[in-house]
Amino acid sequence: MNPIKSLIKDLADLHGRHRENLLPVMQGVVQKEKFLSEYSMIEIAREMDIPAAEVFGTATFYSFLETKPAGKYIIRICKTITCAMKGKNQLLFAIQDMLKIKTGETTPDKRFTLLETNCLGWCHKAPAMLINDDVYTEVTPEKVREILTNYMKENI
Amino acid sequence: MAYSYQLKRVDFIFRNENDWEKVLSNTIKKKPDEIINELISSELKGRGGAGFPTGLKWKLTAESKSKEKYVICNADEGEPGTFKDREILTKVPYKVLTAMAVCGYVTGAKEGFIYLRGEYKFLEEELNKTIDEFQYYCQEINLDFKIKIFMGSGAYICGEETALMESMEGRRGEPRNKPPFPTQAGYRKKPTVINNVETLVHTWTIFKYGAKKFYDLGVQYSRGTKLFSVSGDTPKPGIYELELGMSLQDFVYEFGDGDTKAVQVGGASGFLVPRKKFKDTAIGYEGKLVGISLPTGGSMMLFNSSRSMFNVLDNYLEFFREESCGQCTPCRVGCQQLLLGIKAVKRGEKPASYLDKLLKLTETMQLTAKCGLGQSVANSFSSIVENFREEMIY
Amino acid sequence: MDKKVNITINGFPVELKKGKTILEAAEEQGIKIPTLCYHKDLCVAGNCRVCVVEVVGQKRLSAACATPCEDGMEILTNSLKVRNSRKHIIELILAEHNADCTKCYRNGNCELQELSSEYKIMTQDFIELAPLKNYTIDMYSPSIMKDDSKCIKCQRCVRTCAELQGVNALTVAYKGDHMRISTFFEKAMNDVVCTNCGQCVNHCPTGALVERNYIEEVWGAISDPTKHVVVQTAPAVRVGLGEEMGMKPGERVTGKMVAALRRLGFDSVLDTDFTADLTIVEEGTELLTRLKKALVEKDKSIRIPMITSCSPGWIKYIEHLYPDNLDNLSTCKSPQQMFGALAKTYYAKARNIEPEDIVSVSIMPCTAKKYEAHRPEMHDSGYRDVDYVLTTRELAIMVKQAGLDFDKLAPAKFDRLMGDSTGAGVIFGATGGVMEAALRTAYELVTGRDVPFENLNIAPVRGMEGVRKASIKIENPLEEWAFLDGVELKCAVAHGLVNAKKIMDAIKAGEADFHFVEIMACPGGCLGGGGQPIPTNPEIRQKRAEAIYAEDADLPIRKSHENPEVQKLYKDFLKEPLGEISHHLLHTKYTKRERF
Repeated sequence: MNPIKSLIKDLADLHGRHRENLLPVMQGVVQKEKFLSEYSMIEIAREMDIPAAEVFGTATFYSFLETKPAGKYIIRICKTITCAMKGKNQLLFAIQDMLKIKTGETTPDKRFTLLETNCLGWCHKAPAMLINDDVYTEVTPEKVREILTNYMKENI
Repeated sequence: MAYSYQLKRVDFIFRNENDWEKVLSNTIKKKPDEIINELISSELKGRGGAGFPTGLKWKLTAESKSKEKYVICNADEGEPGTFKDREILTKVPYKVLTAMAVCGYVTGAKEGFIYLRGEYKFLEEELNKTIDEFQYYCQEINLDFKIKIFMGSGAYICGEETALMESMEGRRGEPRNKPPFPTQAGYRKKPTVINNVETLVHTWTIFKYGAKKFYDLGVQYSRGTKLFSVSGDTPKPGIYELELGMSLQDFVYEFGDGDTKAVQVGGASGFLVPRKKFKDTAIGYEGKLVGISLPTGGSMMLFNSSRSMFNVLDNYLEFFREESCGQCTPCRVGCQQLLLGIKAVKRGEKPASYLDKLLKLTETMQLTAKCGLGQSVANSFSSIVENFREEMIY
Repeated sequence: MDKKVNITINGFPVELKKGKTILEAAEEQGIKIPTLCYHKDLCVAGNCRVCVVEVVGQKRLSAACATPCEDGMEILTNSLKVRNSRKHIIELILAEHNADCTKCYRNGNCELQELSSEYKIMTQDFIELAPLKNYTIDMYSPSIMKDDSKCIKCQRCVRTCAELQGVNALTVAYKGDHMRISTFFEKAMNDVVCTNCGQCVNHCPTGALVERNYIEEVWGAISDPTKHVVVQTAPAVRVGLGEEMGMKPGERVTGKMVAALRRLGFDSVLDTDFTADLTIVEEGTELLTRLKKALVEKDKSIRIPMITSCSPGWIKYIEHLYPDNLDNLSTCKSPQQMFGALAKTYYAKARNIEPEDIVSVSIMPCTAKKYEAHRPEMHDSGYRDVDYVLTTRELAIMVKQAGLDFDKLAPAKFDRLMGDSTGAGVIFGATGGVMEAALRTAYELVTGRDVPFENLNIAPVRGMEGVRKASIKIENPLEEWAFLDGVELKCAVAHGLVNAKKIMDAIKAGEADFHFVEIMACPGGCLGGGGQPIPTNPEIRQKRAEAIYAEDADLPIRKSHENPEVQKLYKDFLKEPLGEISHHLLHTKYTKRERF
């Protein structure tokens, strides 16, 4: 079976096939695939017997449920007030410069996607960012270069 | 003339106490009515920001007739400048779980959920372990109550209780019409208690130390303590437990950097207080404190004189424009108009008097928006535009 | 005893039943509270906020549509606070709306336009948002156009598509300033499960969803001297058109409509009711043949129940959602397409006109008919069988453009050859009508007697209940149908696709033992079709239904097989029901489609 199809089936087996299980299933697909493709959404709709348009409408409501292709590591920079005050832009420039992508883009090797996001809940340690589920706080341009270098060293 | 207390630091919430099992088993020896009365006499109000009396909420749910009821812990902490719930769930999660189980006992609910925001996914694993331990103990004492985590996925509006329930039911997090309120028809349209993380911990304090102990803290109408998330231009950002009722002046003495120009109380949906009003502002629920009294979910953001209030407002409005669920007109269109409007004034494309039109618009948003998000945009907008009008124009 | 609550509205005391909303209470008192997202067909959304009212003592205003009346409430529907807020909200909606009214299809019949005119919104201080959003118009469907720049996000269409139709082609997508009404993955309406039923069009308060109109094309054909333009009119049009002409719902305007069509310049004004009668003869025979094969010959390949195939919205629905049940469908084309196929064969021959010179136009209460006429398989005459399909609304536009004073037109009669109809053909326009017409004919075919109902009115299949069931016991049949003796013929009727789903799920689960099922895509049947006058709501549908049954009762012939023109058609051309020519011209196949 197609890997996405079987992933969705497994997730539906795990969480259930009721409407209230839709978010966990979509989260599971994003965890693995990084985003919800048209194909994934159709398969979810089929597997859970929910109209495809409803799956799409629900997915697009949640900013962590990406519907555009994304890289292995999704970098989310907090842009809300305190982080904005404490150097979010410098951080963003440093990353853009290092990865040669703009905000909203993915590197050609599909490893990094750079996004901005709303308050991450680390205002006392601003600026903050997430790489996938991991939090980094009080990030400076120097620190972020170091962090990203480590990610780059990791095997694909 | 009312008065205010000085800033008093306390330590209840994070006090590391290893007796949650005893607190749980002792509490559920009491009759549900006794527990509700205890909560009512403590005058504990919801710590998420809205300030609804907790005891009353439990009482209404207990009185709702249904075989199926739910307890939800709202851990969708998304208000800019708030980060206390994360700390609670990291440091003293068992207090939250105990409180949920007691709530289940009191109301007749057999299931509880923690709605954890997607941004805090890293907490999930640890928290699940704690839940497992907790459930084990519940089994031992024959308490039929199950707790599960439900992960959010990045939507501020899901902190609104009915939007949160829609989200848990697998839909877009769009707030519902009220009435009915969750105490009558909440999750799965069944009676539901939904409490903020911190509120639940305060009930734990009350279970353990009694309502009087809690009531004796704080001031009239604003009893007990509160966690404050302090950030911005401050030498000591962090989380602090303080008695309610202090004046903002005292707060700034303690946390300011000597050049504090304004404090945002209650996050982007709260109020901006300029320096000249620090003395006349108290932190607590509505009541007869000094001058004005501002409720807060605990977000306290300090700005010094290097900050442009235009940029601050611009940041908030962009936040609201994106995080509005978009279903109701005043909020969806209003937020866009406010953001584009202040930019147009700043660029000189609209006259300064356009700010007054926008202020009127925020009044309408406050009166007519479907939920708290759209209603509260007026708070920061009007308090910033009225106090820092020049910064908006020049 | 019902509990009562006492409230005041604008200072006047009112006593009413508990459980009513403020909007309903005000309506009872003759006070109109403006609404946009509210529609009587749909659940309450409470999202446009124009219906806000003041409840004395409350800090905020309440949405009248979503707030139940509580004892002791003092409600102000027109206080200064309410007026100012309401005006503000209308201004906000306008700021988001492409308010280029003079170039809008709905100009003159737009709820937003009406509201802004009522509140005299003369200036626009807010920043216009529509130009900032890169909206494009979806024009790929032959039935429906979607223009997001005119959308006010009231979500009526989304609720219609989900609650009335169970189709869910439309959804709310994204949030905040990006929130919009979308299909799956923002595809064209033509590329998703949309059934083209047009209920979204009928429920849209503005011009965001409108029918694809072919008015200019039809004018072009009429004014082309080399073309012979025939027009057919569906049964439900004659009970709806009057509303567009300023009459009350439920007026029958058959004669005036014929007169108007003739004055518009159509060369021949004919009646879809004629092919409705023909459908009954074909479909009735098909049903009996199927029953014989299934019950006597035990042919396992025959699917029972047989389901009607007149409603193109329903056909597209079953193709998408129940593709395994396509063999349950009658193979009969809809009356529109039977007419089209005959117009360019039988009619052309009889009138001695080259079929390529015939332009075949139909006036339908329906937008799905546009798609149906567009189907590649609908070319059995050798040409496109039906060239243009206009809705009731489009016909009204043409009548107005031609400057006709509709009210003063002397009633006229349809032209001959394919213009005669019976009461059975007329009731096709109402839910249950095809069933009733079929039973009138089939019962007589089998027993040689009239159906055992007073005045041929088969009351159990009439009405507005979403799913209705009925059965007729067959006794003393003619020799040929002896196998049906004592058989209880079980029938079901559903209208609105959400009700169709109920029946289909029961059939799929093997829980239904029906022999014959009628399904109409739209609530109320064709009289509540997506191409009917706006507004359409439960009361208006009721009035139109009454008109349809009155039309039936007034006609001298009320059984399809007694239609003299139909009898002539068989004698001169088709020879026999389900014969070879019928098979070629009047029957069709269906296509399995993707569900998602």
